[in-house]
Amino acid sequence: MAVLETQELTYIYSAGSPFEKVAVDHVNLKIDAGQIIGVMGHTGSGKSTLIQHFNGLLKPSSGRVLLDGRDIWEDKNKIRDVRFQVGLVFQYPEYQIFEETVYKDIAYGCRNMGLDESEIKLRVIETACDIGLKEEILERSPFELSGGQKRRVAIAGVMAMRPKVLILDEPTAGLDPAGRDKIITHIKNYHRRTKNTVLIVSHSMEDIAGFADKILVMNKARLFCFDDTVKVFGRSEEISEIGLDVPQITKVFTKLKKQGLDFGKEVYTVGYAKDLIIKYLRERGL
Amino acid sequence: MLKDITIGQYFPSSSIIHRLDPRFKIVITFIYILMLFTGSSVSSLAVGAVYTLMSVLLSGIPVKMFAKSVKPLLPFLLVTAVINLFLVDSGDIYFEWKFIKITEGGIDISVFMVVRIILLITGSSVLTYTTSPITLTDAIERLLSPLKKLKFPVHELAMMMSIALRFIPTLIEETDKIISAQKARGAEIDTGSFTTRAKNMIAILVPLFISSFRRADELATAMECRCYNGGEGRTRLRQLKSSPKDYIALGITVIFYAAAIITAHWLK
Repeated sequence: MAVLETQELTYIYSAGSPFEKVAVDHVNLKIDAGQIIGVMGHTGSGKSTLIQHFNGLLKPSSGRVLLDGRDIWEDKNKIRDVRFQVGLVFQYPEYQIFEETVYKDIAYGCRNMGLDESEIKLRVIETACDIGLKEEILERSPFELSGGQKRRVAIAGVMAMRPKVLILDEPTAGLDPAGRDKIITHIKNYHRRTKNTVLIVSHSMEDIAGFADKILVMNKARLFCFDDTVKVFGRSEEISEIGLDVPQITKVFTKLKKQGLDFGKEVYTVGYAKDLIIKYLRERGL
Repeated sequence: MLKDITIGQYFPSSSIIHRLDPRFKIVITFIYILMLFTGSSVSSLAVGAVYTLMSVLLSGIPVKMFAKSVKPLLPFLLVTAVINLFLVDSGDIYFEWKFIKITEGGIDISVFMVVRIILLITGSSVLTYTTSPITLTDAIERLLSPLKKLKFPVHELAMMMSIALRFIPTLIEETDKIISAQKARGAEIDTGSFTTRAKNMIAILVPLFISSFRRADELATAMECRCYNGGEGRTRLRQLKSSPKDYIALGITVIFYAAAIITAHWLK
């Protein structure tokens, strides 16, 4: 069953003023539980606005958002519960850190949930482990940490609420390649352990191509496509046309296809490409 | 919620008022304020009202925007008006019941005050709506430049003002982002009891302070990289030039001011 669903979701910024702008235009989608979903789109394509609807930070101008089949705006007073079930990590989340110690900052969300101290402790330690923060760091001030560590503390703060759906907006923006790989690995581990739904927003397909089950592409406030990763990469030319970057390896294979070497399959990871080429060469006895 | 702040907002356009020299606009605004506070006769206030209406229409900015800048002050205005109404005790008594007394003087003062303040806000909004903050501080710097002789740091003051104005929208945006981020962690910002809300303010203020300091630091470095060293020997990209229309606008304002003084004295 779909954990998250939108029906004709539309959002208009500054409705009725000269600055009026449709940011999300009649979007219908169903997200199944337990999957990793990559959300892609250009700056201003409406992807950030879209994800802020999933946890009720923004209220749709029209249309509905359903969580487990129930409209999240059915009871306005319960919107906080929705935010605990759909955890949203913003872009550059390290700027939201404010507590004196890493422990307290990770615990902030759990405390707002009204959990008791022992449960909070359990969750903080578990999450810190998931995201690769050592236990001795927990008693330090978050402001002494490196950029990548701060980012992980901020992500842990949302993970600790154990949301059914975890949404991360560009979790690797502005990090060096090592920091980026670390965060991606930890998110993958988190997903493997909890089996919760994870949505990752990203500019670059390269980042998410390797592990997303499905990819959602937004373009000019509309849903461009939402399908299995393989199928989305099958449309790599269209995706290039709307200004998004496809993985380098996909570009190589598109060029090869144009020059007459068709593997008949969509290629978007280097590992898979290697297997294909070796198989191809073997078949020809090279 | 923070998007409703209109202070310092600028609406680019090319109306006659937009094109006036900002130095003249500032001087005109001062004369305008004097005009509003001359005398307390209905006719002098009417002169001020006509002048306000005229400049609002000439600015080509929707009247709705002016209503928006007056709106947040209405509750204060009404409360003070009511207090004046009951406490001022002069002239004919219109109504008396136990300790409550409404007099002619009370009505006069409360009505005049409300009208005056509304005109004042509307009129000064014409200035800020039609002049970009940067040109406004340029003009202030020029107008204050005689004070340089008294070792008054005019340029530094103007620079601080432009930086402050420049960062208002940035800080508003930043605050919105932080509020959303903390709400996503279940903070009760616009719901919940007063104490929980006050506690949650910390979660907004601390990150906001930290990022402001970081921004200030980065800006200082960026300025130093471009060899900024204060106003000494600095020339400007945009030269302020006055033209006949500026003198005409000033002349019209002075005439209105004179009219306000005359009516205040002769048509009491």
